[in-house]
Amino acid sequence: MIEVDIKGRAGSFAVQAQFTAPPGVTSLFGVSGAGKSTVTRMIAGLLRPDEGRIAVDGEVLFDNVKGIDVSVRHRRIGHVFQDSRLFPHLSVKANLTFARWAGGRSEDRSLTEVVELLGIGHLLNRKPGKLSGGERQRVAIGRALLSAPRLLIMDEPLASLDQARKADILPYLDRLRSETGLPILYVSHAMEEVARLSQTLVILSAGKTLASGPVSSVLASLDPGTDLGGEETGTLLEGVVTHRDEQWDLSDVALDEGLVIQVPGLPASLGNRIRLRIPARDVSISLAKPSGISVRNILKAEVDALRPLDGAYLEAVCKVGAQMLRSRITRASAFELGLKPGQTVFLLIKSVTIDQGRVGPAVRES
Amino acid sequence: MAFFELHPQEWEALSLSLKVAASALAGSLPVAVLAGYGLARWRFPGHGLLNALIHMPLVMPPVVTGYVLLILFGPVGPVGKFLEQTFGLSFAFNWTGAALAAGVMAFPLLVHPIRLAFEAVDPKLEEASTSLGASGLVTFAVVTFPLALPGVLGGAVLAFAKAMGEFGATITFVSNIPGETRTLALALYTATQTPSGDVIAFRLTFIAAAVALCALLLSEFLARHLRRRIGAADD
Repeated sequence: MIEVDIKGRAGSFAVQAQFTAPPGVTSLFGVSGAGKSTVTRMIAGLLRPDEGRIAVDGEVLFDNVKGIDVSVRHRRIGHVFQDSRLFPHLSVKANLTFARWAGGRSEDRSLTEVVELLGIGHLLNRKPGKLSGGERQRVAIGRALLSAPRLLIMDEPLASLDQARKADILPYLDRLRSETGLPILYVSHAMEEVARLSQTLVILSAGKTLASGPVSSVLASLDPGTDLGGEETGTLLEGVVTHRDEQWDLSDVALDEGLVIQVPGLPASLGNRIRLRIPARDVSISLAKPSGISVRNILKAEVDALRPLDGAYLEAVCKVGAQMLRSRITRASAFELGLKPGQTVFLLIKSVTIDQGRVGPAVRES
Repeated sequence: MAFFELHPQEWEALSLSLKVAASALAGSLPVAVLAGYGLARWRFPGHGLLNALIHMPLVMPPVVTGYVLLILFGPVGPVGKFLEQTFGLSFAFNWTGAALAAGVMAFPLLVHPIRLAFEAVDPKLEEASTSLGASGLVTFAVVTFPLALPGVLGGAVLAFAKAMGEFGATITFVSNIPGETRTLALALYTATQTPSGDVIAFRLTFIAAAVALCALLLSEFLARHLRRRIGAADD
């Protein structure tokens, strides 16, 4: 449980953050310059807020009214920095155990266990200079895990990696989440990572928290025009892999509402729950059920609301069963189709837009 | 081979020089590490003035530095009198005075590379160390100082060489006493002032050059070895 309610500034940039997050992975999401790093540094104790309160699992780390300000050294927050910050003169093993021999932290996880979890056993005797970017980040995560942390802060740990390296490291983050049970604050500006990993989402914009709560409901309620620049909005769906078509390399994912969406490849074993993210810009609208079309996922829906965006676009929020799906189309199309709330339409989702990168094992929101 | 056998006086001058330079380095190194770290990491009133004061011996005539030392640390100087009465420590006209003069003269050459070395250590690494529970002192001992070590050793070798060859401040402060303050440089000067001292002067020049060459080779070796250990060469 993370409780944050702070006001402060970094130079002339003012931040005001307020959110409560249940155990699990909490994502702090926003574009560059939204104040993610400032808020993170305040929680870590590297920057002092002007006022407010920060508590993790009931333990107060900062409270200006009660005069509490636990120092960085004693906060026990494992910090994984974007630039890994491994000590270059120490071996990987000495880096991993640093918190024990230099920081006096106790041993609540064994080195063997962490090394196994992150797959870094073959690197122990190397120097950080000899590691690849992805290996470096895994070691940095291991070092933070071995500092007996009460909370793990991951500040854009994948931002400096290329796409292939990201794909390498994401499965380790999945394991980290499911096997350690440690509360994690995950800072990112990449919606794919956020949608895949987190249970709770906190949206930060211009230094302020705009929304916070369970990831799917925050994503569904976002006002796309202002919050995320339109590009990143989409719908997060959960479902079970029910069928596998070997001949065409396609899998069926049954959503909770009884709908089936077809995705390429086999994103998980049959029977597993997974998450799908459908970007709003990949959803088209048709008034009649189309035939003779390459699009495989066509869902009958009811227009719930139309939200104009900046420029040529608007977003149509459509109800499919109990699920809201977002579609980003031009205002001109909406006018020509005569779209209005309550109307029955068909949503066209291009199967190919649901790829491996946007599919992650689902986590039950508590 | 008689040419290569050192006379007792030459041995005396060489061993005295090594003792003086080693003592000067041992005494000034901790102060220089503190000063270099302070100049690199702390911002305080008088930062610029402290930096200027440290570098003064580099730009003043050595005789001036020697004279200032004589006034302050001499038998009747305020600091000298205090140290003599409180600790029984005297710098007047003995080898410790020569070490003090050499240490002061070499100090700027020691501080400058140390400061640069500390400035080159990424403060973000210190932040990471603190977040892992290490205190400021431990962070300095296991992160900052080891990473700055090549610069510290580079400065130390330079300062040692400078201390070995110090002349002006030494002769002004503690005079030219055989066996007590007559270091290699002073012995060489004495030889050039003596009729038929040419052979001795040449031999001392040879020794001084050999010591300097060894120091430079050692510093190169240490720097390369340390850089490899830190892993900087891999980046």
